[in-house]
Amino acid sequence: MKELSNSVCIVGVDESDEVGKQPDVSQLSLHLQASLNAIADAGLKVSDVDGIFTAGQHSPATLGEALGVNPRYVDGTSVGGCSFIIMVGHALLALHHGLCDVALISHGESGRSGTGVTRGRDTSLSGQYEMPYGFGGAPTYFGMITNRHMHEYGTTLEDWAKVAVSTRAWAGLNPKAMFRDPITVQDVLDSRPMFYPFNLLNICLVTDAGGAVVLTRADRAQDCAKKPVYVRGAGEGTDHVLVTEMEELPLSVATRNSGKKAFEMAGVSHGDFDHIMLYDAFTSGPPIMLESLGFCEPGEGCSFFDAGKSDPGGSLPINTNGGGLSYTHSGMYGIFPIIEAVRQQRGECGDRQVPGASLSLVNGMGGMLSAAGTIVLSNQK
Amino acid sequence: MELKRPLPTPRTPEAKPYWDGLKEGKLMIPKCNDCGHVHFYPRIVCPSCHSRNIGWTQASGKGKLYSFEIAHRSLNPAFKIEAPYILAMIELEEGPRMMSNLINIDPDPAVVKCDMPVEIVFEKQNDDVTIALFQPAS
Ligand SMILES: [Zn+2]
Repeated sequence: MKELSNSVCIVGVDESDEVGKQPDVSQLSLHLQASLNAIADAGLKVSDVDGIFTAGQHSPATLGEALGVNPRYVDGTSVGGCSFIIMVGHALLALHHGLCDVALISHGESGRSGTGVTRGRDTSLSGQYEMPYGFGGAPTYFGMITNRHMHEYGTTLEDWAKVAVSTRAWAGLNPKAMFRDPITVQDVLDSRPMFYPFNLLNICLVTDAGGAVVLTRADRAQDCAKKPVYVRGAGEGTDHVLVTEMEELPLSVATRNSGKKAFEMAGVSHGDFDHIMLYDAFTSGPPIMLESLGFCEPGEGCSFFDAGKSDPGGSLPINTNGGGLSYTHSGMYGIFPIIEAVRQQRGECGDRQVPGASLSLVNGMGGMLSAAGTIVLSNQK
Repeated sequence: MELKRPLPTPRTPEAKPYWDGLKEGKLMIPKCNDCGHVHFYPRIVCPSCHSRNIGWTQASGKGKLYSFEIAHRSLNPAFKIEAPYILAMIELEEGPRMMSNLINIDPDPAVVKCDMPVEIVFEKQNDDVTIALFQPAS
């Protein structure tokens, strides 16, 4: 596994032309904008791409057809929003073994406007065992995990609110973020009740957005337009799909397994990171992910969001793009924390740049902590 | 009468004893004939020992409220019970967990508590379908 570490680099990243409210851009166009932008960011041509990775409604074949590429390698792993993080590991393998030379991972989702979207998802289990009781929609499930955490560890609504406050402070420094005005813990507690323990400000945005990432082998990466960012480690895991099947509600086995594998490949441990990106569909997600990854004891994850820690200028910056909570969240958010980590490692982040960032963690979930992907990124080998 | 809830869809062949049991006022759940593990939702393989030798057992209908949410709205237009209502994850005393609603209690986090004891309430939807709801144990 060690020989995989640093063998591949991320050489291109970008979003669709704009993110947020994009009613006049179809879902496929969000994909294509992001893909073309990321390929250009790498200083490569569309015709260089020979590996296509995507999840969601459009298959890699659709994307290849639209781009005019006949890929040598395709991957349509679809285990929720973290699929794109997992695909970095899959691309690493394919590139390392020469099954493709330039890998494109693409996301596009008209999550807010539904432009160019056909509805339809697998409800074979939820339709039978959950929907008769009013379940349906991520908040109706993730609140279960969150409330059990509160019961077992005494976590409070104020604790979760700190995550929203810190993340919003970062969004204030990101011109692309949808919501940029600072908020307080009290604002979160006073926002509209949705699904206790969640108020509106505990829940991510719903936007239209695309994002893409381009990878190639480390030798070729030196010739690309931007400073290469090394994939030092990658790991994945799945656990349950229905929340009732989750072994220990407040902790994620999938997250733990994905982190262990990625850290092992990278040869790093928890204290080495100076920048962290976590999938924040809900305020409770990042603390639970930190606990599941072993950054702290179960129940202590919220302490990472105390003032002066995760926020701008803090000792361990977390979700520096403003997160799914305040920057953008199209549905399958996982591509965006990768893009932000790469930009931080390149030093491109302007006002929100983490000074001297040299090791980023990206961890995300699919479904309700059902699946997880972890990658370790660095501007140095 | 207009239905207030979406009916369970699609009901699968492997779950027939569960749905048939509810119609008769019994909570039937799958039990592995080889290792004794009880699981839910119904499936043709034991998630503990991976045997296909699955039988059925009648659960007591007692358990605890493992976790819950208080819903102030519905994200599913077919679900027409007036908010607020309680989304409940029940842990049966036999072990497995299932989703349901907790009824006959004020939907207020000051009174609804994780691990409170609960018992089953059978609620008929139509001649074909009865579902399992739960209320605080008497
Ligand atoms: Zn068994």
